Amino acid sequence: MTRRSTLRFAMRGLWRELRSGDALVLFGALAVAVASMTAVGFFTSRVAAGVAREATQVLAADLRLESASPIAARVLARARRDGLRVAQETSFPTALFHGDRSQLVAVNAVTPDYPLRGRVRIADVPYGPAIATTAIPARGTVWLDSRTAAVLGLRPGMSLRVGAIRLRFTRVLAFRPDQSVGLVSLAPALLMNAADLPATTLIQPGSRATYAALFAGPPAAVAAYRTALRAHPDPAVRIRDAAENSRELGSAVERASRFLNLASLSAVLLAAVGVAMSARRWASRRVDGVALMKCLGASQRFVLGVALAELAAIGALALIAGTLAGAIAESGIAWLLRSLVARELPAASVQPIAVAFATELAMLLGVALPPLIRLRRTPPLRVLRRDAAPPRLRHGVVPALALVALFAILWLMVRDSALVVDLAAGVVAVGAVLAAAGFVLVRVTRRFRGGVGVAWRYGLANVSRRGVASVLQVVAFGLGLMILLLLAVVRGDLMREWRASVGARAPNEFLINIRPQDVPALRRALAALGAADTPMFPVIRARITAIDSRPIASLHFAGARGRAFAEREQNLTWSADLMPDNRLVAGRWWTPADEGKPWVSISTEYRDALHLKLGDAISFDVAGEPLTVRVASIRQVRWDSFRPNFFLVFPPRLLDGAAGTEITSVYLDARERPGLAALAQRFPTVTVIDVDAILAQVRTIIDRASLAVQYVSLFTLAAGVIVLLAAVQATRDERRHESAILRTLGASRFTVLSGVAAEFVALGSLSGLLGAAGAAATGWWVAHRLFALRYAPDPRLWWFGILGGTVLVGVSGTLAARRVVGAPPAQSLRAEG
Amino acid sequence: MHPGSNGAPLALDAIGLTKTVDSPSGPLTILADVDLRVRAGETVAIVGPSGAGKSTLLALVAGLDTPTRGRVAIAGTDLGRLDEDGRAAVRGRQVGFVFQSFQLIPSLTALENVMLPLELAGDPNARAAATAALTEVGLSARLAHYPRQLSGGEQQRVAIARAFVGRPPLLFADEPTGNLDAATGRRIAQLLFELNRAAGSTLVLVTHDRELAARCDRIVELDAGRVVG
Ligand SMILES: Nc1ncnc2c1ncn2[C@@H]1O[C@H](COP(=O)(O)OP(=O)(O)O)[C@@H](O)[C@H]1O
Ligand SMILES: [Mg+2]
Repeated sequence: MTRRSTLRFAMRGLWRELRSGDALVLFGALAVAVASMTAVGFFTSRVAAGVAREATQVLAADLRLESASPIAARVLARARRDGLRVAQETSFPTALFHGDRSQLVAVNAVTPDYPLRGRVRIADVPYGPAIATTAIPARGTVWLDSRTAAVLGLRPGMSLRVGAIRLRFTRVLAFRPDQSVGLVSLAPALLMNAADLPATTLIQPGSRATYAALFAGPPAAVAAYRTALRAHPDPAVRIRDAAENSRELGSAVERASRFLNLASLSAVLLAAVGVAMSARRWASRRVDGVALMKCLGASQRFVLGVALAELAAIGALALIAGTLAGAIAESGIAWLLRSLVARELPAASVQPIAVAFATELAMLLGVALPPLIRLRRTPPLRVLRRDAAPPRLRHGVVPALALVALFAILWLMVRDSALVVDLAAGVVAVGAVLAAAGFVLVRVTRRFRGGVGVAWRYGLANVSRRGVASVLQVVAFGLGLMILLLLAVVRGDLMREWRASVGARAPNEFLINIRPQDVPALRRALAALGAADTPMFPVIRARITAIDSRPIASLHFAGARGRAFAEREQNLTWSADLMPDNRLVAGRWWTPADEGKPWVSISTEYRDALHLKLGDAISFDVAGEPLTVRVASIRQVRWDSFRPNFFLVFPPRLLDGAAGTEITSVYLDARERPGLAALAQRFPTVTVIDVDAILAQVRTIIDRASLAVQYVSLFTLAAGVIVLLAAVQATRDERRHESAILRTLGASRFTVLSGVAAEFVALGSLSGLLGAAGAAATGWWVAHRLFALRYAPDPRLWWFGILGGTVLVGVSGTLAARRVVGAPPAQSLRAEG
Repeated sequence: MHPGSNGAPLALDAIGLTKTVDSPSGPLTILADVDLRVRAGETVAIVGPSGAGKSTLLALVAGLDTPTRGRVAIAGTDLGRLDEDGRAAVRGRQVGFVFQSFQLIPSLTALENVMLPLELAGDPNARAAATAALTEVGLSARLAHYPRQLSGGEQQRVAIARAFVGRPPLLFADEPTGNLDAATGRRIAQLLFELNRAAGSTLVLVTHDRELAARCDRIVELDAGRVVG
């Protein structure tokens, strides 16, 4: 019994088992897990690689400074002295109008050397062939992207109003190196010459502009300059370089891919159930053979070696097949998300294969190996006494370790321990709830046996008799269907409910950058359009310098939000009255007598992110003036009212000296909207933001992304099918025997098959019911907790769930069991020996 | 080798075999102080009613199970001093089996089933030898058939071919005709004795069939775990 003969035995056995279908389910379970992991892994690795490759390009420079206020001239002068090339870019959103159409665009005003890295690409006509250029728009001209040109009905050569001046649209802007905002580049853009910027009057104190300074040069000079900048950090200025940028984009990719990973992991967990079931069955099918081989002289090492070699070969085949399937499926994800990932993706990395391999190994070691190891101890006595069985495994250590390994992999993929803990708890909780519900349902089917025909009676009897296996299948499919229904039906319902709850006449246009001197005239103009009584709020920008006299730089905040609040400039306002969509949760609102007092009212988000409480002192830098105030009240804000709202509200008269702009929001219906064009011409500094358009854009993103997640969830269903096949296989001998007896008693093939169909139809409708109930419950919870909405599931949910489950499980189960019950009874009865 | 009473070496030497198992009503002795000494070339029948302990005795002397007390030696090798793998190795070299329930591997063809012991022993000519063995039992036309495609008698022929293919000096058969009808059973028994004589091997045959037992050189009668005659 050499190693060669072990291997030869294993390979011959494997071939037979694959052919007879015994090892096929195990192979399928592993392959589904590998496919779902590699499909998602390949895709995210391609996106990550694409992002990393373009990290310097995306900056359009080697080093980039960004600030909400203009970059100091001495900073630029110093860079020039150090031998660096310098360019500047000012970006802000504004609405463009042409005729009665409008479009919000990101304006980028650049100086002649822009971009320092990468090339701008332009075309002569919208959607025409693009060529690279080193120029920037000449004074008096703009380059506009194809989509905006199409929306506004502009053709090259026409002129358009930008703020207070008219500029000529000369070229179509096809690509800008720094056009991407993180992963997603959606905002249409306009490129103009920085020299034209002052005349537009679009830049006002408090406008939402970003000022960027771009630097490029020899690496040593860039490094020296960066060191010098870091020596005197200015908290208002962000330094971005390629390394930091690719890190940041990388983590954005990670965040974005989280849901895809979660969907694929649910498939992996289900597949692990399939692996456990089929490996058990596989091992138990081998017991007789092993006993005989040992009786004929085989050693324990040999029988274990053969089993391990077979298992390894199945694992290797599954890895190959799963990876191939994953690669094919990946192109599906890439296609679904093609409009969101606006770049050419490079080839995928092989790392996902390693991760899938590790997962496969964990599953095999944890759930497949123990029954095989047990096999080694099969007593040869079994050839004489059927009841001589391998001893039970005493240690649950191996499965426990495998579970730990699975969750470690999970963490690796999601990189968020809270999420992993939640998910683990969720899996256990959902599994337990589904199992309990499944158990009850399975018990209930027993009641229905009285009044139905023989086929149904036989089928339903099987459902309740194979209790544990039935519950397992119901849970497996229920889970897969639940995820799909949640994404396909409940999500849409929730969106509609939310939109309805916001109200038909909720504001749909934001007007920002309103100069105080324009307020009365603008109010009259809006009233003329039909939007009476528009509350205006002053907007002042300020930065936190200290909390309770401790400098903000010395405080640490765990959450990203806390850091953002602490580091970035904040918009704040003052108001005599509490906003109607705000609710006080602590402290009291000020009275007229309190006006001018050094108080502030903060929102609950602010309180949570910065760990604040009533009476805490917050120090601000308001346009260079220090100001320290105490927290007088805490407000719960309903952000989705589409009215201007603020984290920070001050009492009137406290900030009287500070210069700022005003903001308002109005509801205009489709008939009134065109009037905005004239209004924008009269008040060129005002930027109009169309909420509906932004919501539509967000919706497109969510739709696409959730379509991709649904697509990945199909793997969960595939894993469910595997669990079903494993369950059918585990009952194969039993079924063969029963059907032989039934047919010997005179039942037709059709009657027996109808009984089997009845069993799986019952199982399918149960899991569909369960999946729909799970989706409805989750939808209700999300609606209630996250959106404070009332949610009644659409009746379609139940139909989709029950019908989907019935068809899916009924068809696949019946097909799987068909071969077994179809065999001639004589052969089946004889095969039992 | 231990000399037997007539001077021939002992193929099997079992002394004082006792097997006690745990049962719900306390320890249960299913075999009590049984001796079994078989000379090389001898044929011995073990008879007795169902539940007498025949299969238990066979399992112990074949090293498939270990006795609670007592000693077993096959061709002079003390099984008690070997571990499970050691006992398996002795079986692989010395012992052939025929069972009541045939014990063919359902996923292997007749030929592959017969090749199995040779392959386990690393014999490079397994295929040729197995084909010859199957031809000897009259199944040369059924080499590629699977057990389920064969009748009971044919399956037992395959099992007999498998038992003889490695030319083991010692053969154990546990109720080889027990699952067969009378006529088929007689033909199978005939084949078994013929092959055994031709090979000159030692045969230990468990049966409750008196007629079959009578064809052996010696009969050992068991009842309730004890030798009664
Ligand atoms: N491992 C065991 N555990 C419990 N009872 C056993 C065990 N092995 C054998 N027996 C019992 O011992 C008795 C003898 O069994 P066996 O040797 O198979 O009898 P025979 O082959 O003569 O019919 C039977 O009653 C059987 O049930
Ligand atoms: Mg017996």
